[in-house]
Amino acid sequence: MNTFRSNTLLDVKNIRKSFGDIPVLDGVNIELRRNEFVSLLGVSGSGKSTLFNIISGLLEPDEGKIFIEGADYTGKTGRVSYMYQKDLLLPWKKIIDNVSLPLVVRGESKKAAREKVAGYFKTFGLEGFEYKYPFQLSGGMRQRAALLRTWLFSRDIMLLDEPFGSLDAITKFKMQEWLTNVLSSIEASVLLITHDIEEAVFLSDRIYIMSDRPATIKEEIKINLARPRSRDIVTTGEFNAYKKHIYGLLL
Amino acid sequence: MKKLANTGNKLLPWALFIVLTSFWQLVSETDEFIGRLLPSPVDIITTFFRELPVIIPHGVVTLNEALTGFGASIVLALLLAVMMDAFEPLYKALYPLILVSQTVPLIALAPLFLLWFGFGQLPKILIVMLMCFFPVLVSLLDGFKSVDSDLLNLMRSMGAGRVAIFRIVKFPGAMMSFFSGVRIAATYSIMGAVISEWVGGSRGLGVYMIKVKNSFAYDKMFAAILLVVALSMAMFKLTDVVQNMAMPWYRLQQRNTGE
Ligand SMILES: Nc1ncnc2c1ncn2[C@@H]1O[C@H](COP(=O)(O)OP(=O)(O)OP(=O)(O)O)[C@@H](O)[C@H]1O
Ligand SMILES: [Mg+2]
Repeated sequence: MNTFRSNTLLDVKNIRKSFGDIPVLDGVNIELRRNEFVSLLGVSGSGKSTLFNIISGLLEPDEGKIFIEGADYTGKTGRVSYMYQKDLLLPWKKIIDNVSLPLVVRGESKKAAREKVAGYFKTFGLEGFEYKYPFQLSGGMRQRAALLRTWLFSRDIMLLDEPFGSLDAITKFKMQEWLTNVLSSIEASVLLITHDIEEAVFLSDRIYIMSDRPATIKEEIKINLARPRSRDIVTTGEFNAYKKHIYGLLL
Repeated sequence: MKKLANTGNKLLPWALFIVLTSFWQLVSETDEFIGRLLPSPVDIITTFFRELPVIIPHGVVTLNEALTGFGASIVLALLLAVMMDAFEPLYKALYPLILVSQTVPLIALAPLFLLWFGFGQLPKILIVMLMCFFPVLVSLLDGFKSVDSDLLNLMRSMGAGRVAIFRIVKFPGAMMSFFSGVRIAATYSIMGAVISEWVGGSRGLGVYMIKVKNSFAYDKMFAAILLVVALSMAMFKLTDVVQNMAMPWYRLQQRNTGE
């Protein structure tokens, strides 16, 4: 019992949610352990973002509970960090101030926040962009800044909702590699939503496959690929076997 | 190549302006009757500088009314917009009324205002306020509403309260829209003051215009119009300067995409 508690950071228990008379989530169970990378794969409209809204406390479930380190966080905001497909950087703030946002929301001064966040720019490959405005950065760089902001808010539980969904294929590819590198040098537990099977297999320790609406978890797949992972693994037989299996489940 | 096209674009309106005023000059000079009703550009400029000592004190009065009314309307619009954004019922109740009220011909109200508030500067300032208030208020409200709802959700997910969300996201996010409203108000402000002076009063450009019109001194009339245009453009420019100071990132972005 105790070992289970200390291992499970986030416990999503039997979540149900309907909008009007349309059931969207039909008893979803998910777990996230410390420093784990877990993906949620499901087709469009299956209720993935709805689930994230519930985990982040923005939305109340009709039934079920969200536990974080054993405590009930159902309907409570401010505990987990949430990153959207859009970078949602404030165009009027320099990158360093955008990244400082979570600290400022917690009541720190702009100056103190800047001092605290400046040290992480290097790790996130954003060195030299501190005093630029968002429009001066490429889409990929903006997503890096958004990810740093997300991580600074809550490094232990990060919800990433298709963070690379709006990037072109090449940039997306580079960002996935970049993300595995960054995550190997920082502490973070990540729950990722994606449509992209290859992205899920490449990045994850575990993958949950969601069914069509109303969504349940169809299957949980453990990805036993050694880390650190490089791009080369996507052509290995092991990798392709995972892909093939998941395609079978989704189609 | 592109740069050349750019300078071309800037020169084009000037070229047209010169062509039109030359034509005007020609027409006014060739026919004496037309010349009396429509003084030539050269006459207007000469009169303008000759009359300057007379016009300027009137201009100061008008500018004073315009600036006071403009400033007061911005302050009031800001206060009301913030309140309406904070209280949804207030917004729902007032917004339709505000839109309808914009169709009221304010000029028709000017004589009443004079009756109610006397012949001093107060009724003029009130007219200017009425004219400037609505564009600023509506642009602010629309600005608040147009802020990306995902951005608001992101702030909420961070545990930010309503005040913090307003201060960090909504208010700065509405600046763009706000300034477009202020720019409209700026151009209205001088006009509003002049029009309210037409109705009655002892000083101001509007009063001066009525006086010279009654003595058939059309060149002086045009000299006054010239000053009205100059003052309106100055108000417009002032708004731009303030906007550039308030939104340095925007100017940078404009400059970048303009190249
Ligand atoms: N606030 C809401 N009110 C009513 N219906 C909603 C609301 N939010 C989501 N829905 C509906 O719930 C379903 C699931 O939406 P959701 O955004 O969670 O899907 P998703 O899996 O994230 O899809 P995508 O992959 O396209 O982002 C959709 O049919 C959507 O129309
Ligand atoms: Mg979604």
